[in-house]
Amino acid sequence: METLLISLLNGLVYGMLLFMLASGLTLIFSMMGVLNFAHASIYMLGAYLAFTISQFVGFFPALIISPILCGLIGAAIEIWGLRRAHHNGHIAELLFTFGLVFIIQRVVQMTWGMLPMAYRVPPSLDFPLFVLYGSNFPAYRGFMLVISAAMLLGTWLLLKKTRVGLIIQAALTHPHMVSALGHNVPRVFTMVFAGGCVLAGLAGVIGGNYQTTEPGMADSMGPIVFVVVVFGGLGSLAGCFVASIVMGMIQTFAVVIDYSIADLLRPLGLAISGDTLLTEVLTVPVARIGALLPFVMMVTILFFRPRGLMGMRDT
Amino acid sequence: MKSRWLILALIAVAIALPWGFYDWQHHRHDGFLISVLSQTGMMIILALSYNMLLGQAGLFSLCHATFFGIGGYAMVHFLNAAGKDELPVPMEFMPLLAGLSGLGLAILFGAMATKQRATAFAMITLGIGELMATAALMFHHFFGGEGGVTTDRMIDNSLFGLTYSSGIQVYYLIVAWTLIAVALMYFLTLTPLGRMANATRDNYERAQFIGYDPRMVRFIQFALSGFFAGIGGGLYAITYEIVTFDALAAPLSANALLMAYIGGTTVFGGPILGAILITLLQSGVSLLSNSWLVYVGVMFIGMVIFAPSGLAGIIQAHGPIQRAGRLGRLTLPYLRLVVPTLALLLGFVGLVELMSFLTIGAAQDKKLVLFGSAIDVHATMPWVVASVSLVVGALWLRFEAAGFHRIWEHLSAEVRR
Repeated sequence: METLLISLLNGLVYGMLLFMLASGLTLIFSMMGVLNFAHASIYMLGAYLAFTISQFVGFFPALIISPILCGLIGAAIEIWGLRRAHHNGHIAELLFTFGLVFIIQRVVQMTWGMLPMAYRVPPSLDFPLFVLYGSNFPAYRGFMLVISAAMLLGTWLLLKKTRVGLIIQAALTHPHMVSALGHNVPRVFTMVFAGGCVLAGLAGVIGGNYQTTEPGMADSMGPIVFVVVVFGGLGSLAGCFVASIVMGMIQTFAVVIDYSIADLLRPLGLAISGDTLLTEVLTVPVARIGALLPFVMMVTILFFRPRGLMGMRDT
Repeated sequence: MKSRWLILALIAVAIALPWGFYDWQHHRHDGFLISVLSQTGMMIILALSYNMLLGQAGLFSLCHATFFGIGGYAMVHFLNAAGKDELPVPMEFMPLLAGLSGLGLAILFGAMATKQRATAFAMITLGIGELMATAALMFHHFFGGEGGVTTDRMIDNSLFGLTYSSGIQVYYLIVAWTLIAVALMYFLTLTPLGRMANATRDNYERAQFIGYDPRMVRFIQFALSGFFAGIGGGLYAITYEIVTFDALAAPLSANALLMAYIGGTTVFGGPILGAILITLLQSGVSLLSNSWLVYVGVMFIGMVIFAPSGLAGIIQAHGPIQRAGRLGRLTLPYLRLVVPTLALLLGFVGLVELMSFLTIGAAQDKKLVLFGSAIDVHATMPWVVASVSLVVGALWLRFEAAGFHRIWEHLSAEVRR
């Protein structure tokens, strides 16, 4: 019971963090048809920038400044990079963002070095929020939940209740009509791209001290986020939300499950012995293959439902 | 006619080059050279087979190293079996078996991935690549975990009675298989399959209207490219006698993409050019600089924006002007580009190196040494020089490039007339 509740909460925290990244990615994708491979790199930049800024002015100003900087970087990427690459076709845009991954990765290494940064939880949030069956739930995780829920609400309000959101929604489906009505569609594109980068940067600020701020963090986060987006269905925000939470739960629960397929078969009277590839696959505990599960899930869902959980269109 | 001579010359160089650096006193080959050349051979196969997807079928795959790696792992197990006399196959045919392993896996994953195209395809292949890389670290029986699997290539079974104890024998095996693979891939582009792959790339709907199933075309193309990648992986295993998860991880997939794209995806020979260039850069520059990936990344992005057809595409664009005999008129404009380009490069490389020596170099306790004298990376002067060189070079190059563009357009128009 106690592991269940703790894992549930941790899974929710991780899932919301994933959603913050994946929602920006999905928004950018559904609007511009571009999958931003550098999205996780922006997440990393957000964490590193927050680390540097928080050394000068403290954590809470960094929580605001770092995402804004990430948004500006995103806008610059869109205006000076993506738009030019757009002339060379769809694959060129993908390749462009893919190339950015290398550059951002190396620039981060050159600026901050190869070692992990000492980016820590601010002291004002470094206390146990409540005690559950003898184990602490850190206040910082609660803070992460609040921030990501506020972000979720904010994005929803912006998209559904404001004029800007209306134009963005219209430009998603009918860009030509929106531009004929006199709106500057390229500027809307830039705004959406920058907005996605703000979300990624924010995720980086609160994720950087939850995990570790190191040059490999983009590489370890990137594939998971892409899996989430594919699993939920490309371009579907609701699917993306469900997928993020599911993925967060799976990742946290996998760590505490010490069973293997062989344990499931044992009550059926099937004992497994020997030392071959097959027995190794059957006897490996779930806890050890936790990192493998998201990809297995993605391949499985694509096999049965190529559009993902709630995807409405083929690409 | 000309390209035929070029191919013959390339083959002759590939065969003769090791002897140019032969150490006659100790009767030894230059080990570094042989290893770079062998690496180039494998990378040519990898890049060309990748281009079967990116260039010829318009599929942006991110798991190509998976098939290269599986060829390598399979080869290790084949060699081990052959060493125990359980697999009576001569060494010369071994890479074919590795290729078949690649083909098998590519059929399995291709059936899933090729239902989609463009972005979704890229993401599915990304997932597949990560799946295999993670699995390779977890399952020890086939993949050997982090340590990888090792083998001994001297299986004492050869058509020509060779032992493959020395690097040069392995190198000639690689040359032979590279030639075979390149020739096969070239002939594939001439078959209806190759043509239909181009058609599904250019116009998906029209290819359907003609009566072909684009998914089937993509699937076969994907499977075959996995076959060739597997051959490359097999040669990798023979050369190094160890295969670790590096052989199927994402950086190698990215490398395949970089080589194919920088070389040029629109021309068949482009990836060959890219593979040679990147491998040489990798073995040369990466020894000198911590940050060679930055240079490759910037070169790649520059290519994506300014020259989407790659190096081979740039060379090909000169064809009409050359045939009209007007290539000489481009000499002066090109010469005018040299100085600003050098200034730009100097500034850029300078800034990157200064930055990386400030952090990574300091951590490794290295000093930046240029022309025999140490440079203090904390002083202001080097930074100012590099920045000024970068900015002046960029502005100057922009001005010169505009002039070059005018002359180029003028010449092209003349040639067309």
